Amino acid sequence: MWQYILKRVLGLIPLLLVVSFVIFMFIHLIPGDAARLIAGKKATLEEVQAIRENLGLDKPLIEQYLLYLKDLLSGNLGYSIQSGAPVSKLIGERIMPTLGLTFMSIGWALVVGILLGVISAVFRNKWPDHLGMLTAVSGISLPNFWVGLVLIQLFSVQLGLLPTGGAEGWKSYLMPSFALGAGIMAMIARFMRSSLVNTMKQEYIRTGRAKGLGGNAIVFGHALKNSLIPVVTIAGLQFGFLLGGSVVVETVFSFPGLGRLLIDSIQMRDYPVVQAEILLFSLQFILVNLLVDIVYSFLNPKIRYQ
Amino acid sequence: MSNIQPEVVTTDRIVNERKETHFHQFWKEFRKKKPALISLFFILFLILIMIIGPSVVPYDPAKPDYNRVLESPTLEHFFGTDEFGRDILSRLAVGARLTLSVSISAVLLGAVFGTILGLVSGFFGKLLDRSIMRVCDVLFAFPDLILAIGIVAILGPGLRNVIIAVSFFSIPSFARIVRSATLETKEMLFVEATRSIGASNRRIIWKHIFPETVPTIIVYFTMKVGTAILAAASLSFLGLGAEPSSPDWGAMLSKSRDYIDSSFHLVFFPGLIIFLTVLAFNLLGDGLRDVLDPKTKD
Repeated sequence: MWQYILKRVLGLIPLLLVVSFVIFMFIHLIPGDAARLIAGKKATLEEVQAIRENLGLDKPLIEQYLLYLKDLLSGNLGYSIQSGAPVSKLIGERIMPTLGLTFMSIGWALVVGILLGVISAVFRNKWPDHLGMLTAVSGISLPNFWVGLVLIQLFSVQLGLLPTGGAEGWKSYLMPSFALGAGIMAMIARFMRSSLVNTMKQEYIRTGRAKGLGGNAIVFGHALKNSLIPVVTIAGLQFGFLLGGSVVVETVFSFPGLGRLLIDSIQMRDYPVVQAEILLFSLQFILVNLLVDIVYSFLNPKIRYQ
Repeated sequence: MSNIQPEVVTTDRIVNERKETHFHQFWKEFRKKKPALISLFFILFLILIMIIGPSVVPYDPAKPDYNRVLESPTLEHFFGTDEFGRDILSRLAVGARLTLSVSISAVLLGAVFGTILGLVSGFFGKLLDRSIMRVCDVLFAFPDLILAIGIVAILGPGLRNVIIAVSFFSIPSFARIVRSATLETKEMLFVEATRSIGASNRRIIWKHIFPETVPTIIVYFTMKVGTAILAAASLSFLGLGAEPSSPDWGAMLSKSRDYIDSSFHLVFFPGLIIFLTVLAFNLLGDGLRDVLDPKTKD
């Protein structure tokens, strides 16, 4: 087991290097002179030059990249052009609300998704299945920003029950996490259903039936545990979907999280912040995928020996 | 010489008839999938609107009418009017062209590049395969929408850049899917037979392997269009896509946010049409998968 984990972690190093290089190149891929663009139209030549030096754009590319890596490893993510504050501080202020939102979303999505998937699989091709899968395909097709706006109209404007935005108190997390989790819930439900249907076709389930186990005992005692394995993978893969969605949902609810910071920074051309945020998002994504692989190999030992 | 000519025609006819029966078979199966069939008609209807929309809409979608600002749905304006008194139904109909063409062309670009990469990767294997798959891994290391937002942040907002951004994150998934289909087909006996009679690699790939992967590509393409519409609408909603004043569905939603307290129809209808369109592509994709690619069905 440890050997497998070590192998997987070491295997990530080349990927991390390439990803960090791609993100490093981000600021260099901006068409034209990045420093001039950041400084704005009214900036003097000196100001542009100051920004260029501040960002280290006057040094050779490879030296810039090595400096960037060195800074990253020491936890220095650069400085915001707008406020001058360290990017790590800006991100630190925003990370907790986003994490809270993410976990709430994936939490309810897992519970409801698995439940919906199990109901659909148990009543396969009957009306609860059709209803469940129609709910699921609708969930995948819903634009999350629209769900957010409809919720605001319903619960804030009409009923006056929930705040329209912000991140104060648990109430302000309810609508954003619903809007964010709906798509994932739907995908988990679909995978749960097909995974359970597949498991139910296996030999050992037939053995269980032959020895006289009833329907529920088979589903909950044997089949469910085994069919959860692929669902874990899917839940992990959908994490990226969640990160992207958080940007949109946080904008709808004026939620003070990382996603909102990303959009604000893009609009203000605060490239160091944008760069650091994209790095953070892809790092989270890579780490979650690694974690999923490890959990998966733990649940399914066959994988470790391939 | 004279007796060669009719024979060629006959072979042609046989081939045509075989194609026809393929299609008939497909249609017979597909017809039974009611949700997919309804979705197909809905999508065809949208495509019709895309083509003739601008000439049949009841009102000029760009012309303001300050006597009818922010009117709720009435018999004259089924979906109500916006903050400039423009008919929302007309704007949605004209916007279909923008929204659908952006999403479809983005997925088309992704499919073309992804398919070529997948075929080459699966067919030639070895170092080429490994390099292409590593590049895909790097693209996969970024969540879809974050990658798209990053690309638009570099290139600047606008629909052309949205197309580039959305096609970029479609490429690796098409490449992977086509690659695994290629690997499977490559091992089949008929490919070996073709190779043994001396067919070139190019011919084997395009004449024999590619056609086998087409059903998978069609299924995946349909589903990806749904994703692309959502991604493009999200970018427009965030102010990174279509011009805020254009009748793009995402852009219409973005502007409507300011009127959510008083005129909810401004928010409701553009979102509803995005939802229904994406739902139609997803349901069609599910139906096509069940018929064309049954091994992936539960």
